[in-house]
Amino acid sequence: MIDPVLRLTGITKRFGSLVANDNISLELAAGEVLALLGENGAGKSTLVSILFGHYTADAGQISVNGQPLPPGDPRAALAAGIGMVHQHFTLADNLSVLDNVMMGTEPLWQPFTRQRAARGKLLSVAQQFGLTVEPKALVGSLSVGERQRVEILKALYRGARILILDEPTAVLTPQESEALFAVLGKMVAQGLSIIFISHKLGEVLRVSDRVAVLRGGKLVAQAAAAGTTQAQLAQWMVGHAIAEPVRQPTAHVGSPVVCALQSVSTGSGRERLAQVSLSLHAGEIVAIAGVSGNGQLALAELLCGTRQVQQGRVTYLGQPWPGQPARLVAQGVARIPEDRHAVGVVGDLPLWENAVSERLRTPAFSRWGWVRRQQARAYAQRVMQAFDVRGGGATSPARSLSGGNMQKLILGRALTQPEPGADHSAARLIVAHQPTWGLDIGAVAYVQSQLIAARDAGAAVLLISDDLDEVMTLGDRIAVMHAGELTSALPAMQWSRASIGLAMAGLTAGASMADTGELVHAA
Amino acid sequence: MRLEKRNQSSAVAMALAPVGAVGFTLLIASLLVLWAGAPVGQTYALLLKGGFGSVFALSETLTRAIPLMLTGLAAAVAFRARLFNIGAEGQLYMGALAAVVVGGLHGGTGLDWPTPVLFVLMMAAAALAGALLLLGPALMKTRLGVDEVVTTLLLNFIVLLLVSWMLDGPMKDPTAMGWPQSVALNPALELSKLIEQTRVHTGLLWGCALAVLLWLMMKYTVLGFDIRAIGANARAAAFAGVPVTRTVVLVAMLSGGLAGLAGAIEVAGRTSYLTLDMSPGYGYSGIVIAMLAGLHPLGVVLGSVFVAGVLVGADSMSRAIGVPTYIADVIVAASLISVLVATLLTQYRVRWQA
Amino acid sequence: MMELIDTLANPAFWVAVLRIATPLILGTLGVLLCERAGVLNLGIEGIMVAGAFTGWLAVFAGASLWGGVAVAALTGAVLGSLHAFLTVVLALSQHVSGLGITLLATSLSYYGYRVSFPKVTTPPTIAPFGPMDWLGVPVLSQQTALTLLALLLVPVLGYVLYRTPLGLAVRMVGENPQAAEGQGVSVAKVRTGAIVAGSALMGVAGSFLTLSAFNAFFFNMINGRGWVCVALVVFASWRPGKALLGALLFAFFDALQLRLQQSGGVTLPYQLYLMLPYVLSIVALVLVARKASYPQALMKPYRKGER
Repeated sequence: MIDPVLRLTGITKRFGSLVANDNISLELAAGEVLALLGENGAGKSTLVSILFGHYTADAGQISVNGQPLPPGDPRAALAAGIGMVHQHFTLADNLSVLDNVMMGTEPLWQPFTRQRAARGKLLSVAQQFGLTVEPKALVGSLSVGERQRVEILKALYRGARILILDEPTAVLTPQESEALFAVLGKMVAQGLSIIFISHKLGEVLRVSDRVAVLRGGKLVAQAAAAGTTQAQLAQWMVGHAIAEPVRQPTAHVGSPVVCALQSVSTGSGRERLAQVSLSLHAGEIVAIAGVSGNGQLALAELLCGTRQVQQGRVTYLGQPWPGQPARLVAQGVARIPEDRHAVGVVGDLPLWENAVSERLRTPAFSRWGWVRRQQARAYAQRVMQAFDVRGGGATSPARSLSGGNMQKLILGRALTQPEPGADHSAARLIVAHQPTWGLDIGAVAYVQSQLIAARDAGAAVLLISDDLDEVMTLGDRIAVMHAGELTSALPAMQWSRASIGLAMAGLTAGASMADTGELVHAA
Repeated sequence: MRLEKRNQSSAVAMALAPVGAVGFTLLIASLLVLWAGAPVGQTYALLLKGGFGSVFALSETLTRAIPLMLTGLAAAVAFRARLFNIGAEGQLYMGALAAVVVGGLHGGTGLDWPTPVLFVLMMAAAALAGALLLLGPALMKTRLGVDEVVTTLLLNFIVLLLVSWMLDGPMKDPTAMGWPQSVALNPALELSKLIEQTRVHTGLLWGCALAVLLWLMMKYTVLGFDIRAIGANARAAAFAGVPVTRTVVLVAMLSGGLAGLAGAIEVAGRTSYLTLDMSPGYGYSGIVIAMLAGLHPLGVVLGSVFVAGVLVGADSMSRAIGVPTYIADVIVAASLISVLVATLLTQYRVRWQA
Repeated sequence: MMELIDTLANPAFWVAVLRIATPLILGTLGVLLCERAGVLNLGIEGIMVAGAFTGWLAVFAGASLWGGVAVAALTGAVLGSLHAFLTVVLALSQHVSGLGITLLATSLSYYGYRVSFPKVTTPPTIAPFGPMDWLGVPVLSQQTALTLLALLLVPVLGYVLYRTPLGLAVRMVGENPQAAEGQGVSVAKVRTGAIVAGSALMGVAGSFLTLSAFNAFFFNMINGRGWVCVALVVFASWRPGKALLGALLFAFFDALQLRLQQSGGVTLPYQLYLMLPYVLSIVALVLVARKASYPQALMKPYRKGER
């Protein structure tokens, strides 16, 4: 009986009162691709972090090729042949590719470094697995796809036989994902075993031999990939059926333009806009697809008021763009930023102050510089009730909220008007940047249904998302962003997965840069 | 050894933290006293008595607490916005200089304006001088990303040299026979005594009033929210519409102004002259007081009395049994570090394994 | 103008430049090491005071001069360990920890001096390092051995930082600690080592003043030199070679203002001359501000394994 290459027995890990991993036992054979599935917060990242030694499990053992693995020590994991490609790359931008790969491979007390030999080894390993790399290049100058290659090479250079990939396709275009799968195939052919974390069900079934599903910290299902359907996977992941939000084709024709960008350029380097033109009409969702880092942040910041136009014009309801966050909010722009923790809320301040933070400068909540605390707390209470924000009283710090509840707070304050009794339709433009990132399926459905409801009530919704499924589900019109340039926003029917993928990589077949301004809807 | 966040900090732990910290500090200080060959118990007794043990001692402590209160408030408001103003010492001297320029007896009589007007002008000039001094580093930080710690520190040295030059030349007291001090302040502008036959002056009321005002501002006004938001997360604050640069400038002017006022109040209340040794490091002690008080304005009042008591008590103790007065500075510095550690330990638990 | 040329042509001027530069070189290299590993060390002013005091006290008590230097280095290392404990293990604010250490180290040193010499009117002295006549090189021969040490440390530190695995680990820890951890390097250990080593250098920088430049310990001896070193590190873009250049440049202007004062050519108040070094430091900071490429993890606390 051959030992499995990797065996986990009874792994349990708690963070305070949260049980992230609950008695998980798994095995991995040589040359096998195991997909680890689960919603956000199910415990996948925790499990592989324990495997790699970033965390120490509270209970359970890990053995590699029959040998027990010392816990909590990345060095031991590396020595045992485990390598990890992190979801957020662990690379130093100011150092070269070679430096990043070599780091930690030579004993620290060695008074010299064997750079030439290392360079040769790096190039030969790269060739062995079909990856191209330039050793002297500074990591900061590389594209996302190239950086992922360096991250992978770090593991392969050290002779990893078990490779863990944490959401590797989240930052890739469909074509780049294909290239990655080809590399994985080469690895498997050479006897490596792979643990592949993803929440993209189609990919998972394509690439893996076996799937293991985590839910609420427990391992709830294991099966061979062949013979399992996506629906079954979703069922295991969630435990019950979730109603997907349904978007009816919009009936609005020729509705007024809420916001228009004309040849807007701003920013420099990676986060820039290059002559972007777009018009957003009332009662529609325009979804912007594209791999993160192609200017989406610049566009979002522009429409959220934290970045200014350098060239071109932006109008709102026919008037010049207000430009400052406080004025935007007062005129009915609802904003959902990409990064809830770093931008959306001030974590140390209490919930109620965060709820009124963007409306504080209005007469509703302040008078002659003094905060109207009673009104502010009443408003916060309304928001928290209407949007079911749980996890603390109005005075607990915002960072104590879970991701989903934080997002509900942000959504709620953006869509709730100060005067009691007013309905949500007062928000005319909604700017949503990755609104469902990192949320569990229930919260995702909630946020998406809120966006659709706002659209149905007549708002213009701009949705920026790197999740292709979300774009295709929610977008009435779709545009694709690449290197700061935006394609025309065409009706969803005129796009296919493949054509969006091409556009994401900058290979558009004759698309024009100017938005026609005419809204053509399918019946 | 590593740290693990606790689920909730117990109220007991939070109350005990400062006590434990001060206790640990006194342990360190005891070793120093033993090194000096003095009896530990008696030393502490003399220290306490000298700082708080008599009406005279209390009055000296309160007098010393006045500038500390103001520099403490200056540090508290700046640090809240993560503007690390280490230049309070220089801003204090600038304020004192401005006070003497406006209110001094130049050529025997000084400016011939009604006293109330002159008084207001003098205080305003002092606050403005301190404010403008901090404005430079603040703008360098917001516009150019230059760390304000080093620039404010270096300015302290520059200001002290400037004051020295002024005292040698334009502001020299003609009657002082070579002693480096400025022209005297117009006696009409001096602050009156709060308690007869002590040195405690109405500056104490100014300090307490400003502390209360600052507390009210931080808690109840939009500006207070802006300051706290910027200090906690400047990006999120900008997203919410807080005018970051404008607020940082306001904070700088407020903080520098408070430190400048400290200088003017010292001149008007205690010394009547500007001298080079007027401030034995009040600006730096203010920072320690602000940190000890958790940046809370009302806590600064308490903290300044505590630190003043230690400083005054050490002076008196030193005269009695010869332990060098620097032990007071050691106690204050060690208190700072141990309070920080103790406060951290109320939020994190120590785990003795990997 | 003629005075300027006279001054520059006089070897004694350059001797003074090197002498003034030495503590700056050592101190700046110390700060550089700490900041490369991602930790700001504002304790330098206090550590230099403490190094000056303990080094001198050791020699006064009978130790050899190099023994005194070793004591100063040890003092720096101990204070550095405290800073490392507060900032690396406890992840406290690096600003506050550093300032606290400056206050603590300074007051401890002044206390220790007063306890050791309660009733002195003139500061007691020791026999300091002598010039290196055996070297036979102009200007350099009139320096003491500590200056030679400082000059040699520049290429040594450069080699260690850029051509050894340890140096790469230090740089990685200052750029992306997660990356270092993921490659099996202990961030805590590397940072602590860098802080302790850097602080030892700062202690030696302080001891130069009491064991070489002068022969006694005075209050306010360091007088802001520590802060100048912090500014110089930014000016040097965290590179040892440029740190040497920055220190020499600064010392050049400092020596120049001393000479100009003495020559009495222009009758500006002496305070203005003394201000020059501090003003220049601020100007230097402003000039390089836009282009500064900080070690990316500088001043960000790192807690292993925290959610």
